[in-house]
This record gives sequence, C-alpha cells and structure tokens, in this order.
Amino acid sequence: MTRRIFQTAAAVLALGASLAAQTGGELRFCLRADPKTFDPQRVEDDNSETVRYITGGVLLHVNRKTQELTPELATSWKIDQQGRRITFHLRRGVSFSDGTPFTADDVAYTMTRLMDPALHSATADPFRSSDAPPTIAVTGADTVAITFGAPVSGLERLFDQVAILSKTSPKKLTAVLGPFYVADYKAGVEVLLARNPNYWKQDASGKKLPYLDRVHLQIQQNRDMELIRFRRGEVDLINSVDPEVFEQLAHQTSATVSDAGASLESEMMWFNQSPAAPIAAYKKAWFVSKEFRRAVSEAINREDLCKVIYKGHAQPAASLISPANRFWVNSTLRPHAFDVDGALRRLQQAGFAKRGGQLYDREGHAVEFSLMTNAGNRTREKMAAMIQQDLQSLGIKLNVSTLDFPSLIERMTQSFNYEACLLALTNLDLDPSAQMNVWLSSSSDHQWNPNQKTPATSWEAEIDKLMRAQTSEVRPEKRKELFDRVQQIVWEEAPFLYLVNKNSLMAFSRQLRNVAPAAIQPQAFWNIETIQKSTLVAER
Amino acid sequence: MGRGLRKLARQVGAVAATAILGGLLTAALVRNSPGADSDERLLDPRLDAASIAAIRAEHTNFLHAGFWRSPSLNRPISDLIAARLPVTLRLIGIGLLAAWGAALLLAILSRNAAFAGIAGVASACTLCLPSAVLAILVFSLGGPVGVVIPLVLFPRIFETVRNLLEHAYTLPHILTARAKGVSTAGILLRHALPVCAPELLALAGVSAIMAFGAAIPVETLCDVPGLGQLAWKAATARDLPLLVTLTLLIAIATQVVNAAADWLTPSTGQAA
Amino acid sequence: MSLRARIAAVVLGLILMASLCADWIPGMSYAQQHRDATSAAPSLRYPLGTDDLGRDRLARLLSATRISLLLAAAAAVGALVLASVAGGVAGYCGGWLDRCIVRAIDLMLSIPWLLLLLAVRALLPLNASPVASLVLTYALLAALGWASPARVVRAGVRNFRNSEFVLQARAEGCTETRVLLRHVLPNLKPTLLAQFWTSVPVFILSEANLGFLGLSAGEPFPTWGSLLRELQSPLLLRPEAFAPAAAIAITLLCFKMVTPWGGSQV
Repeated sequence: MTRRIFQTAAAVLALGASLAAQTGGELRFCLRADPKTFDPQRVEDDNSETVRYITGGVLLHVNRKTQELTPELATSWKIDQQGRRITFHLRRGVSFSDGTPFTADDVAYTMTRLMDPALHSATADPFRSSDAPPTIAVTGADTVAITFGAPVSGLERLFDQVAILSKTSPKKLTAVLGPFYVADYKAGVEVLLARNPNYWKQDASGKKLPYLDRVHLQIQQNRDMELIRFRRGEVDLINSVDPEVFEQLAHQTSATVSDAGASLESEMMWFNQSPAAPIAAYKKAWFVSKEFRRAVSEAINREDLCKVIYKGHAQPAASLISPANRFWVNSTLRPHAFDVDGALRRLQQAGFAKRGGQLYDREGHAVEFSLMTNAGNRTREKMAAMIQQDLQSLGIKLNVSTLDFPSLIERMTQSFNYEACLLALTNLDLDPSAQMNVWLSSSSDHQWNPNQKTPATSWEAEIDKLMRAQTSEVRPEKRKELFDRVQQIVWEEAPFLYLVNKNSLMAFSRQLRNVAPAAIQPQAFWNIETIQKSTLVAER
Repeated sequence: MGRGLRKLARQVGAVAATAILGGLLTAALVRNSPGADSDERLLDPRLDAASIAAIRAEHTNFLHAGFWRSPSLNRPISDLIAARLPVTLRLIGIGLLAAWGAALLLAILSRNAAFAGIAGVASACTLCLPSAVLAILVFSLGGPVGVVIPLVLFPRIFETVRNLLEHAYTLPHILTARAKGVSTAGILLRHALPVCAPELLALAGVSAIMAFGAAIPVETLCDVPGLGQLAWKAATARDLPLLVTLTLLIAIATQVVNAAADWLTPSTGQAA
Repeated sequence: MSLRARIAAVVLGLILMASLCADWIPGMSYAQQHRDATSAAPSLRYPLGTDDLGRDRLARLLSATRISLLLAAAAAVGALVLASVAGGVAGYCGGWLDRCIVRAIDLMLSIPWLLLLLAVRALLPLNASPVASLVLTYALLAALGWASPARVVRAGVRNFRNSEFVLQARAEGCTETRVLLRHVLPNLKPTLLAQFWTSVPVFILSEANLGFLGLSAGEPFPTWGSLLRELQSPLLLRPEAFAPAAAIAITLLCFKMVTPWGGSQV
C-alpha cells in the first residue's frame, strides 16, 4: 500500500514537472519566402499572412476546427440595419505589446486606414459594398459601430482578417495585440517572433498565454530541404506535407503526422471560352460546348488521381466548394462519374466521331488541344500527364505545356492565348462572397471568359443574379439556398472541371503538445497561443 | 606614365560601356519577355476592379517603386546586395580554391594510369549529376553546402588541365628535359605548367563565372541568402531594377576577372 | 584499337542500338502508365522498376538516351564551332578586333541566360511538339554556351600565333586564314576536346536544371534531364533512380575511350 502511494506520488510529481517544463521554448517552422510586408493591411502573400496571423489581434476569430466565429478582442457584437451596421463591445483592460492601452479609437483608426481607397488592400476590398466609405462611430471607450453604405454579406467573418493597429503607440505597426510580436528579421534567413508580454488571453487555470517563448520562422523555399531539416529535428512542424512523404514520416518515431481531411483547395481545369482568344474558331466551338466539357470531365479518372498522385490523401471534387466548408457545400452533388462510354455518347450527340483511335469534330478537325499549367509544381505536372492518358480513351490528343508563373498569368489574364489551363483554387474564406469576382461574368477573375459586358450565356446570367442576391441577403439559410443553386448550375455546365480536393497533411515533432490539426489554413498552428513544446518526447 | 594612365582610362571606359550595354540588353529582355506585366495578385478573387486596375497601372510604370528599389522584394537594392554579396563571395571563393586545388593535384597525378582511371571516373560521375541534385545529396548527408561548388567545378577544370598537361608532356623540349634527367617536379613547374599558363589563366577567369552560375541553383535550393538566389528570384519575378543592377555588377566583375587573367598571361611577343 | 577501346565501342553500340530500337520492343512504352504498379521495384517485367506514374523506367531511359545524346552532342559541336571562330579570330588578329570580341564574350557571360530561356520557352506555341521544343532549347544553350570556351580558345591561339611553325607557314606563303585553320587551331585539339567533353554533360545538365523548373520537354516525352528530376527528393530515392546519371556517365566514358583523337586516358 505504502509503495503504491509512493509510486503514485512520484508519477504525479513527474507529471507536474513535465507540465511545468512545457511552458517556454521555441517553435520552429518554415516560410517559403520572405514576407513581402509586415503591414497587416497590405498582406497579399501566404508568408506575410502567416506573420499577420501570429502577431495580429482581431476582434472576432474563426475557430479553424469548428469553423465557428468566436469573440476575441470584441466580447460581443451585433449586426443590424439589414447587414449594414455592426456594433462591437470591446474587451477591457487589454494592452498592445508595448503597453499602449487598447481602446475603441484603435478600432476606428484601423478601419479608417484599411478602407482608404489608395491602399488597394485585398483585406479591405471584401468590405467595399458601396463607393461610400463606412462611417465609424466611437460611442464609448469600449464600443464602436461601423456602418457601411450597403449590406456586406458575411460581414462579421471578415473581421477575422483585420489585425487591430494602435492609433497612439510610438511603435506604430510593431505594437501588436496578438500572442507574438516581430522581434527580429533577417532578410532571406528568418523572422523571429517573441512572446507578447501583454497578451490578454489566459488558459483555464489562469496562466497567461502564449505558452511558447518564441516562434522562429525560417525562410526555406525548397520542400525537400524542409523535410530533411524536419527529420533532423531542426524544424518542429511542417504546415503542408507532400502526400509521397506523408507515409514515410508516419514511420518516423520522432514525428506525428496528421491527415485532417479535405482542405479548401480544389485542383481544377477549364477551357478558354473567351471570344477574344487568338485560337482557332473550331476549337472555340468545342470549348463552348457543354457536352464537350462534360465529356472531358467524365473521361478523367478522379479516383486514379487521388490514388496515384495523392496516395489516397485526396477526394474527387464535385463542386466549387470543398466538403471541408461544412456549411456552404452543396452535399447533394457528386463528382462527375468516370464513364468513358458515356463521355463518347455525349460527344457523338455533339457531332464528334471517333475513327481509328482519333476523335474528329463534325467538320473533320482532329480534336487536339493544349493544357497549360505552372512549371515546377510536380503534382500538377503529374496530374496533367494522367489527364493526357485518360483523354486518349476518347481519341483526344492533349499537349501538356508547363510555363513559368508570370508567363502563365500573362496568357490567362492579358493575351488569353491558351486553350485549357490546369490550376488550383484556394478559398481563403469560407463565405462564398469571397468568390464574387470569380462568378460575376463582368469580372476579370471570371477565368474562362472574363470581362463580359453582358453575360454570354443564360446560365452565367443566372449565376450573376444568384450571387448578387446572396450578397444582399442577411439570412444564412436563404443565402445557402441561393448558393446551392449556383453550385448546381456550375456542376451541370462545367465551366470549371473540378478534379480533386486534396487533404490537409501536416507533420509535427512529438515534442509539441496541444496541436489541433485543422483542414483550414493555418492548419497546423491556428491555435499557436496554446501550443506547448516539451523536452520530453512521448512514447509511441 | 601618361600612356599607362590613358590605357587604364580606356580600359575602365570599355568596362563601363560594356556593363551599361549589358544592363540595357537585360532591361530590353525583361520588358519584352512574356509575363513582364503580369502579377500573381491579379488572381486574388478578393480584389475589386479598382485594385486590379491599380496593380495593372503599377506594371505600366515598371519603375513605380523607384529604380533603386526591388518591386518584387520590396526592399532597397543596395541593402539586398550588401547583405548577400559576402555570402556568395565566400561560397565561390572556397569553391574555386578547392576545385582548382583538387583539379591540379589529380591532373598531375594522372600521369599514373591507376590515378588517371580513378580521377576520370570521379570526374565523369560529378559531371553527370546536376548541381541541384549534388546540393540536395550533400545536404541530406549533413555535408556543408560549400562542398557543392567544388564538386560542380572540379570536372570542368580537371578535364582541361589534364588534357593540357598531357599535350605539354609530348612537346620536344620537355622530352629533351626528361632525357637530360630533369626531375619530375622540375619538368612540371619549369616547363609544363608555363606552356599551359595562358589557357589555364583564361580558364581561371572563366571558372569564376562558372562558379557564380553554379551558385545560382545551389543557393536557391539550399536557401543560402546569396546573390545567386537573388538573381534567381529576380529572373522569375521579372524584377527589372534588380536584374539590371545584378547584370551591371556581373558584367563589371566578369571583365575585371578576365582582364586580370589576361594581364597575368605571359607575353607571347608581337601581334600578328 | 586497344582492348579497353573495343569494350567501350561494344558498350556504346549496345546503348545506341537499344535506344534506337526501344520503340519496337513489344510491351515497352515510355508513355504508358500502369497505375496499379506505381513506384514498383525492379522486376523481370520492369527491369528498372516504374516511376511514380507507373511508367517503365527502362523504356523512358532508352528513349531519353536517343534524343538527349544526339541533341547534347550537336549543341556542344555548335557551341564549340562558335567558340573556335570567335576565340580564334580574337586571339589571332589581336588589336581592336580582339578587344571587341572579348567585350562581346564578357557581355554574353553577364546576361541572365535563365531569363532568356524562360522567355523563349514562354514564346513557343503551346501545341509545339516536345521534340521541337527540345531542339530549340538545345540550340539556345549552344548559342549561349560558346562564350566560356571562346575565352580559353583565345588564350591558346594567342599562345601559338608567333610560334616558329606559324612563322614558317607564313614564310612559305600561307594566308592568315589557312595558318589559323590548318596550323593554329589543330594544335588546340586538347583544349577543344576537353571543352567538348565537358560541354556535352553541361548541356544535358542545363536541360536537367530547366527540368527542375518544370521547363523541359512536354509530357510524356522523356529526356535525360527530366529523368534526373527524380533525384530531387532524397527521401524517396531508390537506387534505380540513379540510372539516368549512370547512363550519362557510362556513355561519356565510352565515347572518350573510343575516339581516335584520344582525349585522354580514362
């Protein structure tokens, strides 16, 4: 009995010691390139966004696991005037990292600066529901109301991206409300983030967060090098692991790997339907044919793409919305079934004929076109090669062409000198209004046929109407109904052929505690203030 | 003295003119290459029409950030170069010393058939692996990144040095010296190497440029923040001010190195 | 011909035969994806295993040998001809011509060649055949790759231009062009050969480096350069992935042993 008590006491002491040892420490992971800016309102690249996420304090936060909106610097909020006004009640007793008190004036200053038309900020543009700037009323030390000229759909969720700046701090942008602040930056080498001593959050036991002392972001462009360094223990987590190495890492005793399910990213291809495209008229006729597009889609074996390229860590895609986006996905839609015979029948109905292994259109032109994609992305190049073989079964000759990214963008957005394109779409925001500029036919981001003066087809006109309607609708259920219909139309007409939704794959050192892998970026470190690093490594 | 100064002034003028011409050609190449006006930000669906127009307008004025600022990296070019130049110089310097040392030593030892075989195979093997692969293999084995540049340069230097020495050893005056009992070291240092000196010095100049060329993939892959990585980023981003500045620097360095090689070359008498 | 040279000739012959006949060997296709046998280990069916899309590595290697060898050698010859002309004229004539050519060489060495390659690649029609794209790439490499050898050739020519045999040739009435082509340049054989033997793999590797950027010939067309990309991921490396590098090394060694101009002993 005595021995048992003694053993229990020893275990408790050891546990206590290990828990105590789990505060402090440095989390190390890699950025692909230098952040282009440390101004949170000018963030346009992933690396700058990482720094913004870790250092910025926001009024409302989207929990990446539950996808629910949670209060942060705002303890409560209210939306009224049909979605035009949002009123925040702010948390009291909060200070910036340099000790400057946080007040409603800082929120007003942040929003005024953000909405400056000269800023051209990707964070600000989703707020712009009208030409008039919003009016901001500070009605107390901790109450602020922002009124927009027209309703902003999904208004409250947009504040997840808005880091609050200090109006009065002498440290300007470097005074932050997030769990860490930028302590040092060596160009091309690293960004060092130090613990914010004035961070307002505490854990359940009242201990101040974050647990970590530092975050060390190392600039590492090459993924293979990142992997080597992770295996050596020089890096603690990899935010996005390639599927080929996922299984290898799973067998490594010092690492934990996580497959958090479908991400928000969709690999897709589309045909150039722009009348201005300098391509042969007979090819344009193929691309504007729904039957042609659907036939191509049905000839692509999406299961093989998932199995061969992603080693099972991906799912065939059905819609513009990934299943990871639980609320907005139209779950009645299924990926276009792999059916070569059905595809051939469609083509025959559209006037195509397969003779001697080659497909011909009704005018006798052999069906051959090019598929461009960005060079250097091995996954996409393999996907293109697999699609090339799949289309051979229809008698279609596909020429794969890889281009460096600037040349690709130039063809996509300026010269329109391409036939088909294979790229990915990452939805940074769960709300479909973030994709307005993809679905409005007049927009420059309407990839397959941008900048239309009037919608070229009746279904594009209907999508325009539905997207505008859901933007001005406040009730989420009604918006969902409208957006489900958009997804249905896109599924039927196939302007984009959605191929796969890849899974969110991550790797962590076993020294890390409280990691909570999520499907949405930043998937591995979204809860960085509660991540702990221990010197003890858990047994397998 | 006056003639010397005039000659020096002409040389400096020629270097400057060549460098400026190189800069102009690079600028023309950048402005006229596909993708010069494109920007990844145009694909961001959050941006509205006004923001997209503003981004396009930036590219029309390709010096919108100022000539001495890199638009793609958003930093002064002088800062970028000042931070990265010592890194690359160190990498290249060590690489050249190691490569030349190994190449000369093995070329000299290749008089022995066994050594010749081993050196030849080693040369062929290192010649047949891309510098990118060498960099990754060295890194994954825990080796220093600095080893890669000598591995890349060694076969290119070794082959030429070995061939030159082999040919030199067949020259009549060296055969005579051997017959008269001059030592191996004496033949090498007093007869063979001087005969090869002009080409070796030219190769030395060229190898410095090759070293920088090898540094580009090595620095890019191994994330060494040197000028090679900077040149790579500038080319892929079509960063005109940065590319022109780098071209000017490389043109001046190339000419200075090659001029030094020419100056050190023993005089061969009057011009034909 | 020595025994070593004969063995090298036989090996070379076998490599060339195999690469030329690869397309006619039943069941051997460089493009066919066997999706149920991806990343397969070597076996009777697939002597070098399969790549990550289930394509026969041996078939791809043999096809790549044919095209890469031909084009790399042609590009090396092209670059060397340009280098000989430029370096020869500069070194032999001296004076202002020498200075101009030297400046042109230095200019060529300074221009960011990567940008030029990216630009030319991007200008190609998207439906251009992989072979056309590859020929253009190697032609460009040749057009860019003459500057370094030209410098070395120039130094060698300067060394010889006032030699006794040159003076004798002039005294006997040879024109300057004949002196340069028939007396001076042949004495640069060791230099030219060394430059050739290093240029061939350098061009192959330059194409490989372009392949790392994803800018090699379009799928599914294999080149030595594109096959070397498998070596980029050391954690997923298999010994058979080194086959292209071994093929390049063996082919070059055999060529050097076989050529009657000796290159050097290997």
